[in-house]
Amino acid sequence: MNKVTFNTDLCKGCGLCVEACPKKIITLAADVLNKKGYHPACITDAEKCIACAMCATMCPDVVITVEKNV
Amino acid sequence: MVVFKKPQSLSPVPTHYCPGCTHGIVHRLVAEAIDALGIEGQTIGVAPVGCSVFAYNYFECDMIQAAHGRAPAVATGVKRTNPDKIVFTYQGDGDLAAIGTAETVHATTRGENITIIFINNAIYGMTGGQMAPTTLPGQVTTTSPYGRNPMIQGNPIRVCEMLSTLDGLAFAQRVAVDTPAHVNQAKKAIQKAFQNQIDKKGLSIVEVLSTCPTNWGMSPTEALKWLRENMMPYYPLGVYKDIDAKEENK
Repeated sequence: MNKVTFNTDLCKGCGLCVEACPKKIITLAADVLNKKGYHPACITDAEKCIACAMCATMCPDVVITVEKNV
Repeated sequence: MVVFKKPQSLSPVPTHYCPGCTHGIVHRLVAEAIDALGIEGQTIGVAPVGCSVFAYNYFECDMIQAAHGRAPAVATGVKRTNPDKIVFTYQGDGDLAAIGTAETVHATTRGENITIIFINNAIYGMTGGQMAPTTLPGQVTTTSPYGRNPMIQGNPIRVCEMLSTLDGLAFAQRVAVDTPAHVNQAKKAIQKAFQNQIDKKGLSIVEVLSTCPTNWGMSPTEALKWLRENMMPYYPLGVYKDIDAKEENK
């Protein structure tokens, strides 16, 4: 399975990754606050990830690491 | 297989930028270009005055912070005394196109062998959203509360078009960072601007259309939409000068 890791403490909850994801499987965790006080981005259905890295491409804070299962 | 991770040339620290500010994307693209060309140990960056004044905290290469608008002049000195180093400036529109217009124009016409990364977000960010030289006609800012009126405040400056008339310029391209496709295009342009310097071709500038969600008064995603609908028609994307292309045509 492809793996997406979020360095949540760097996340500012801007939501650019949410908009960029073609599979619409990223959301801002409504019930979580990170160290900075933002709702960090997280993945809802990791099975559907195609490792396109569009989320990471749009992330201004380099929160996301994407690994493709080959 | 890792398909995306933080570039080595970018420091592993949180930035001070507002949520959704595209400075972070452009910082990463510059770091990716430095990594791709393997020039981390020989690159010297010049930070501007403006939101990106702290750029020296975010890159792993050596950095200098210049007085407001003077980054191309400082870069000229650094490059001439260290011709084997790769020197880039990272400047916003208030820095490059207002107080630093003279330095920008003259460094370009002298054909200094440096790379300029120019962030155009049509507003002054750090000082609180005042009108910039690049503010669009009709755009509301704290110093143009009824919208910029070209009859009173003059017309915006299109920097790439202006500089492309100068002989010292090797490469000018305007890109945007509103979609993943445009970000990838911007990455290629920035890499080319650094490669040109390695090949000693003259001054290369990449103008990046960016957002300022905080001072535009929008959410980060609304700001990207506003950029697409308002800035792109006024500041068309494209290559404005490329001396390689000219050689091919001859």
